[in-house]
Amino acid sequence: MLNLSKARERPEQGATMTTPMTPGIVAGRLSGDEIAANFGDLHPQYDPHEAQVAADRCYFCHDAPCMTACPTSIDIPLFIRQIQTGTPEAAAKTILSQNILGGMCARVCPTETLCEEACVRETAEGKPVTIGRLQRYATDTLMAKQGHPFVRAAATGKSVAVVGAGPAGLACAHRLATKGHAVTIYDSKPKPGGLNEYGIASYKSTDDFAAKEVEWLMQIGGIDLRTGVSLGRDVSLTELQNDFDAVFLAVGLGGVNALRTSGEDKATDAVEFIADLRQCSDLTTLPVGRNVVVIGGGMTAVDAAVQAKLLGADSVTIAYRRGRDDMPASRFEQDLAASKGVRLLFNVMPKSVEDHGITLEYTAVVDGKLQGMGETVTLAADQVFKAIGQTLTTQAGLQTEDGKIAVTGAGRTSVSGVWAGGDCTTLGKDLTVWAVAEGRDAAEDIHSVLMGA
Amino acid sequence: MADLTTNFLGIKSPNPFWLASAPPTDKEYNVRRAYEAGWGGVVWKTLGSEGPPVVNVSGPRYGAIWGADRRLLGLNNIELITDRSLQTNLEEITRVKKDYPDRALIVSIMVPCDEESWKAILPLVEATGADGIELNFGCPHGMAERGMGSAVGQVPEYIQMVTEWCKKYYSKPVIVKLTPNITDIRNPARAAKAGGADAVSLINTINSITSVDLDLMAPQPTIGGKGTHGGYCGPAVKPIAMNMVAEIARDPQTYGMPISGIGGVTTWRDAAEFMVLGAGNVQVCTAAMTYGFKVVQEMISGLSEWMDEKGYTSTSDFIGKAVPNVTDWQYLDLNYVTKAHINQDDCIKCGRCYIACEDTSHQAILMKEGRVFEVDDSECVACNLCVNVCPVEDCISMVPMAKGQVDPRTERPVGDYANWTTHPNNPSARAAE
Repeated sequence: MLNLSKARERPEQGATMTTPMTPGIVAGRLSGDEIAANFGDLHPQYDPHEAQVAADRCYFCHDAPCMTACPTSIDIPLFIRQIQTGTPEAAAKTILSQNILGGMCARVCPTETLCEEACVRETAEGKPVTIGRLQRYATDTLMAKQGHPFVRAAATGKSVAVVGAGPAGLACAHRLATKGHAVTIYDSKPKPGGLNEYGIASYKSTDDFAAKEVEWLMQIGGIDLRTGVSLGRDVSLTELQNDFDAVFLAVGLGGVNALRTSGEDKATDAVEFIADLRQCSDLTTLPVGRNVVVIGGGMTAVDAAVQAKLLGADSVTIAYRRGRDDMPASRFEQDLAASKGVRLLFNVMPKSVEDHGITLEYTAVVDGKLQGMGETVTLAADQVFKAIGQTLTTQAGLQTEDGKIAVTGAGRTSVSGVWAGGDCTTLGKDLTVWAVAEGRDAAEDIHSVLMGA
Repeated sequence: MADLTTNFLGIKSPNPFWLASAPPTDKEYNVRRAYEAGWGGVVWKTLGSEGPPVVNVSGPRYGAIWGADRRLLGLNNIELITDRSLQTNLEEITRVKKDYPDRALIVSIMVPCDEESWKAILPLVEATGADGIELNFGCPHGMAERGMGSAVGQVPEYIQMVTEWCKKYYSKPVIVKLTPNITDIRNPARAAKAGGADAVSLINTINSITSVDLDLMAPQPTIGGKGTHGGYCGPAVKPIAMNMVAEIARDPQTYGMPISGIGGVTTWRDAAEFMVLGAGNVQVCTAAMTYGFKVVQEMISGLSEWMDEKGYTSTSDFIGKAVPNVTDWQYLDLNYVTKAHINQDDCIKCGRCYIACEDTSHQAILMKEGRVFEVDDSECVACNLCVNVCPVEDCISMVPMAKGQVDPRTERPVGDYANWTTHPNNPSARAAE
């Protein structure tokens, strides 16, 4: 009886509901429950038993390859042994002493191309120790149980300005604060966190983790955060140089590369889409196309495409100009996209963006150069996202190289007293973990210079 | 499928896998399940004298240690002998033996160290139709405080005396179960033989504290804030047990005396190892307590496969076969030289062999570009530590050097057999003849 009455209700509901098939760019393609399920944690937190079983697989390698593969050189065998022996808090301190954003990195690192790829059990059995998830178990345990694990050294009387509250800026600020320096962080956005807050797929950072992590990090003390302040608009590098003993720039890449095709204006920025999505409190209100095409081949392309699909787009295609092997997104990311129903189209480049479609030209590498082969294919597309790389928007008079701030050593720029790190520099490698390493190392260098060591 | 039938003291069982006297053999219900699962024999949990039975603690009775993935490696217990009435046990034994005439059924006994106590219980046990008795001279906890169990097993004269009483008042085979909590296992074995024992079984459990509760500041298992030493068993004790079995098997005074091997038998291979060291059969407890009675199926199939592969048609073909190769250190060939060899195809580059050798041994493994690990023969003393710490089985092997080859470490050619007894560095060396 109950089933029959439900069956009667359903068509009435459906008649008023938007569905994945609804044409155009509309909100509410999926129900709130479906959205919640789709945007749940990609890799849920291990419970203690799962962590124990996973940790037991670590061989405690000598000069461990996983540690070498980690941009922040976390002592992975040690922290896993600490989990094995029932001290996840000690494990977390091992992690966080190298990488203060170890909690976020545990969520967003492409471990399959870093530590876990290097794991000897990957060699032995094709199944690495699940380092990323163990790292999350350790850091989550510590962050849930106690306050901040680090103590600030006595004040040095020195002050440092950090521009950009993304991973590089936060890592730099925290390390400087632990040394006793007074740090002021400026960020143009209303919230700190940078791409952790605005630019990463939400199923990798659920439950507002990016904001919580920043709040936890700031507990070190000695860091003054000023949001809504943009370098070049609200404050100049010269002013910062005058007001502080050192400056660290971690401004990221604010611009987006152009498609350089006709209909450019009909394509939108994938980073912006992801930011909107991350800041949206009710995803059933976020519009998405029925047919979505994402141009690009990196993590941003995958994050945008997968989330478009999870929002209820009927068809989503990633169009990448080269072959699968050249795709910057890892095979894991590619498979994740495919498993969510995203189509991966290789060896095509955009030729023109139209009102409800996009024309792509097949490509091939001829004499070492990628070029269009003339033949085209047209896909239906209500929404076209550009995820073809970002550009530096604030060079602040510093020397640049290949469109990024030129740095040497631990982030030293062409101007004395000014350091830089993260995506905005020539060191930038487009990953949170690299940005953390650069921010941390720059802080150590700044500290040495300031203290005359 | 090889014939696993075993004849131990004239007691036939379809296979050499017996359940040791322990909690799994305390009741008819369990023993029937064990036989149905395929166990060749059962040693019934130790009976005590008629009268009010012993009382066990009602807190935890077991403590454990674990390896990776919480694999149980060692178990200790503070349980006493059966806490059910003698009459109940005897009735159940009688029924079970009647229903399973083809399986071995041995009754373990522990009564006070006086002739009257033994004289009283032995006819009752004989009447059950069970195939033999095992004298529990081994339990190291609880009962020992009352002058029984290992308190008897630690005094060879008592062993001989009680064994003699048993042979006097009981007509079937008498097995003496030995405690390992003693410095030289050969003495109690000799005493058992002198008393007329048909066989010895060993080892009983080892005195142990498995762990300490760091909050309660008390040993585990903890009973109301206190703990006591218990009897340790399981895979962790197997090496100790096998040495004791071998010592008895090769002792001229006890050579040839049947032995029932006990101590950490978990797989068919463990059983085969005990048996080639002189055990006529094996008794199992911890493996069954960890995994249930079904484990015997793997023991049966594994031993059978191995026997077929090696061409053994009966267990008697290999029982004791390794005993002649158990010798004293002084007779080992000092001119036998091997070198570690790392198979690069199997190496997963964990570096454990390297760091073990570098930090704790002879600096004989080189770590080369690209994490290639190679043995430096000129430093390798062939200690085998690299083999033992390597996570990949058979990746590192010890390769013997041929006679006449020059050992790059000593720069001497590999010579003929020569041992310490004739070595020039030995102050009491005998002149080579």
